[in-house]
Amino acid sequence: MAKTESTFKNMVLSLTLIALGSSAGLGFVYEMTKEPIALSVLNKKLNAIREVVPEFDNNPNEEMYKMSTGEGDSLEIYPARKNGEIIGYAVNTYTNEGFGGYINLMAGFKPDGTIINISVLQQKETPGLGTKMSDPGFKDQFMEKNPAEFSLKVIKDGGPVDAITAATISSRAFCDAIGRAYNTLQKGGQK
Amino acid sequence: MNQLQNFTKGFFRENPILVLVLGTCPTLATTTSALNGMGMGVATTFVLIGSNAVISLLSNVIPDKVRIPAFIVIIASFVTIVDLLMQAFVPGLYETLGIFIPLIVVNCIVLGRAEAFASKNSVLSSFFDGLGMGLGFTMALGIMGAFREIVGSGSIFGYKFIPGDGILVFILAPGAFWVLGYLIALINRLKRT
Repeated sequence: MAKTESTFKNMVLSLTLIALGSSAGLGFVYEMTKEPIALSVLNKKLNAIREVVPEFDNNPNEEMYKMSTGEGDSLEIYPARKNGEIIGYAVNTYTNEGFGGYINLMAGFKPDGTIINISVLQQKETPGLGTKMSDPGFKDQFMEKNPAEFSLKVIKDGGPVDAITAATISSRAFCDAIGRAYNTLQKGGQK
Repeated sequence: MNQLQNFTKGFFRENPILVLVLGTCPTLATTTSALNGMGMGVATTFVLIGSNAVISLLSNVIPDKVRIPAFIVIIASFVTIVDLLMQAFVPGLYETLGIFIPLIVVNCIVLGRAEAFASKNSVLSSFFDGLGMGLGFTMALGIMGAFREIVGSGSIFGYKFIPGDGILVFILAPGAFWVLGYLIALINRLKRT
């Protein structure tokens, strides 16, 4: 077959056809992967909730409600129930103070505000430094602490939190996110 | 040139990272661990095979003056397919690689092979060229990732065998430049003999 000439008509025609073919292929793949993607996103959320609150028998995802932080924003709160009674709240919280900006956490609280556990959903911190925030060595110091008497500040700022070595900014941001979740929950986020 | 040569040249003689030094941005950024590096390599391999095959198939139909936009549309489609598939079936890996999956579009290797090889050769040759180049890329990324993971975090494929912190700088960007630099130096030394 001879090479197509670079005339205006040929150029428009070939590009249009290629774009058409590409979009048809993409539409097909999109339809095919839509369900697995939605499922994996949901699973990730449910796993994070399971990790941070005691065993529950309701569907926290369906009972999710939003609560304003008072900073022109709102957080998602997932209540966990067992036999109809509230046993904990999983709060999807965030901070923009991280070394790499946005950090997304799932924090679990008992009804009285005591921290149960924390799971890191998304972060862009420095690998090997700030990423250690999801390691037990750092995270576990928050467990069973109530932010009412346990001030969420690193030692450098006069608080009790032992910051990650060489990642004070990430540690501060972590405290900031938990503080935001706690304050929002205290402001009447409990039902 | 026979098909075997088209396939094997990507590993050593024309390795995209170590000899042609193309696509260094994802190389430096994603090789913090062996698994990340290889995941990136496999994703790129898929895009290379697909785009090489389709471009060589269409090379006679595409007029010369609009070949670059046409190539980019084809490459971008394959990248989006990989992006969606990874999001659906390997969400963990998708998250660590993050922005570097969509950025395969502008990876010089993909467009470079399309322009330099696929548009001038048969579909079969282009397929093997893409496969060889992709696997060569994966190999280079795997070696770099493994080295940085062993030295930097004392583990391999996530399995920790040296207790403690390791030499942190190898996980960070400067370490990536060092490892790549010394690897290229080593390859150049080997080629001379």
